[in-house]
Amino acid sequence: MKGMTVIVKTISSWVKVLIILFGIYIILFGHLTPGGGFAGGVILASSYVMLMLAFGREFVQKDLPLSLDSKLDCLGAVAFAMIAVLGYVFGKSFFDNFLSQFGRHLRLISSGTIPLSNIAIGLKVGASLFLVIFILSTFRRDSSDDKQE
Amino acid sequence: MIGLLPAFVVIPLIAAFILPLFGKKGKDAATILANAVILLLLVLAVVAVYSGKQGIYEIGDWSIPLGINLVLDGLSALMLLAIATVATAAMLFSARYMEQYTAKAKYLSLFLLMVAGMNGVVLSGDIFNLFVFLEIASLASYALVGFGCGHEELEASFKYMVLGSVGSIFILFSVGLVYGHTGTLNMAYISQTIQNNGGLNAGLTFALALFIVGFGLKAALVPFHAWLPDAHPSAPAPISAMLSGILIKTLGVYALSRVVFNIFGVSQATGWLIIVLGLISMIIGAFLAIGQEDLKRLMAYSSISQIGYVVLGIGLGAALIQKGEDKLASLAILGGLFHLVNHAVYKSLLFLNSGSIEMATGTRRLEQMGGLAAKLPYTRATCAVASASIVGIPPFSGFWSKLILIIAAILAGYYWIAAIIVFVSLCTLIMYLKVHRYVFLGQLPEKLQNARENKGTMLFAMAFLACLCILMGLLVIIPGLKEAVLDPAVKVLTGGFEYSRFVIGPGG
Repeated sequence: MKGMTVIVKTISSWVKVLIILFGIYIILFGHLTPGGGFAGGVILASSYVMLMLAFGREFVQKDLPLSLDSKLDCLGAVAFAMIAVLGYVFGKSFFDNFLSQFGRHLRLISSGTIPLSNIAIGLKVGASLFLVIFILSTFRRDSSDDKQE
Repeated sequence: MIGLLPAFVVIPLIAAFILPLFGKKGKDAATILANAVILLLLVLAVVAVYSGKQGIYEIGDWSIPLGINLVLDGLSALMLLAIATVATAAMLFSARYMEQYTAKAKYLSLFLLMVAGMNGVVLSGDIFNLFVFLEIASLASYALVGFGCGHEELEASFKYMVLGSVGSIFILFSVGLVYGHTGTLNMAYISQTIQNNGGLNAGLTFALALFIVGFGLKAALVPFHAWLPDAHPSAPAPISAMLSGILIKTLGVYALSRVVFNIFGVSQATGWLIIVLGLISMIIGAFLAIGQEDLKRLMAYSSISQIGYVVLGIGLGAALIQKGEDKLASLAILGGLFHLVNHAVYKSLLFLNSGSIEMATGTRRLEQMGGLAAKLPYTRATCAVASASIVGIPPFSGFWSKLILIIAAILAGYYWIAAIIVFVSLCTLIMYLKVHRYVFLGQLPEKLQNARENKGTMLFAMAFLACLCILMGLLVIIPGLKEAVLDPAVKVLTGGFEYSRFVIGPGG
């Protein structure tokens, strides 16, 4: 039988949305409240880990294929580096916070490039952490001989 | 030039994360992109050395000690050039060699990540940042050692990972201790605090000891060398070239000398400790190498022996500075650093040769080869050049650096050190005569009748390094070149605490 009981499946498909929303909240408000890109990314990854536990590996594969996940992972890293390079292009130096004049203090739109960096980090951490857990769970199953790739 | 400093880290880093997006179909495009990136780094490094500019770069426009800074001085420029040179050759070699493996784009990505990490270690002016870059380079190299995914490779990779992590933990604890005792992580400010306090207290001395162990593990000096003879042979040949050629020097020797000379300041005790570590590495590495039956394993042990020379030169310099003999100290350090650069070139050439031989014959066992001189003429020629260099036959590059080391030892009155240098050179001669005897001379076995030379980029990479082996001697013979390339690096180490005044500036 794939996955767990109907009760677990139903509840987890409801809770999934809440967890993802909470992760996005933590990422977006990272510059104002505790948390940030890394913590939010871990929460995002954990929602998919829960789905994997409840529904089984194949279900999650359909929803979020490994190739897409690895692309998101790279995209997050490139986006973070690009924000740093933009600081070089538009500001004084590498990693310069060239957007700092926008927004008002303690509002969502403030602190310049920091929220953007948080989003990039969240993407990177969420994708790569899920990738790590997924790959580790694959290894446990066919530990006998099969090599990855 | 100073404005471009982050490019050394950022360009390979961005390229490393773009490459996996190419997937299986874009393999050729990925190879071309990776080669272009490394070539660009080589050009930047040549400009950095040639222009002779020195300075600091404050990231994010935050002034030190609040922000993180990158520092380009003579030693960093020399290391950048060495990294870029070896990486160029290894990358060219990989273009064809790595066709044997799957997932080439991932390999290229890890390769660039490793280069980014090493460039970061060399440029960073912040001790914790140095640790982070060191971990980036180490983690990429753990994955690359196990890239073949065979039983032996994974075992070697795991062993390397465990011992490498132990080394990293030592370094991390030490960084913590230094922060606790000085209240700053910026290398120049740490150095300034130590000078103001008039020397090391017990905690900082302990931190220095931890640093020496941690960086010694990364450099594979003898009591800490157990991972190297497994890890370096198991990696694909271009990666062995990178690991033996430059990684152990950047993460080990460079970081060690930066910490000992520029941050903590030299003392008689650390100088002699480093000398003894170097001498033990030279002798034991050479003895262990002679007995090996596996071509790449022999070269790996020989790396330990050669890194001993580099460390010996630097340790001798430290001891001599303390005695007040600055001229002799610069000579010893010049010998050490020149040997570092030379070894980077010829050892990576030897590992590329071993890759070429392995690709042609399918084996690394010495007794299963023989008579390949006729089948692999170019590999044989380049291997002969590299062997002559590592043994120290004039006019090849290795001769000059060993000569400088011997002269420094004799002028300083340490005749026994000079004798050991000559003796280990003889042992090196035995090893490489053995390689030539078993691989290229003698009877050609039945199985290897079809062995063919690998053409194209692999050949070009080997020829490039062989030319460098022959020409590198000019670096000390032609006066202008020595002043431009090697002397600034030597001055950074002999200058000692000058580093902090250079970074902080006269007002600080």
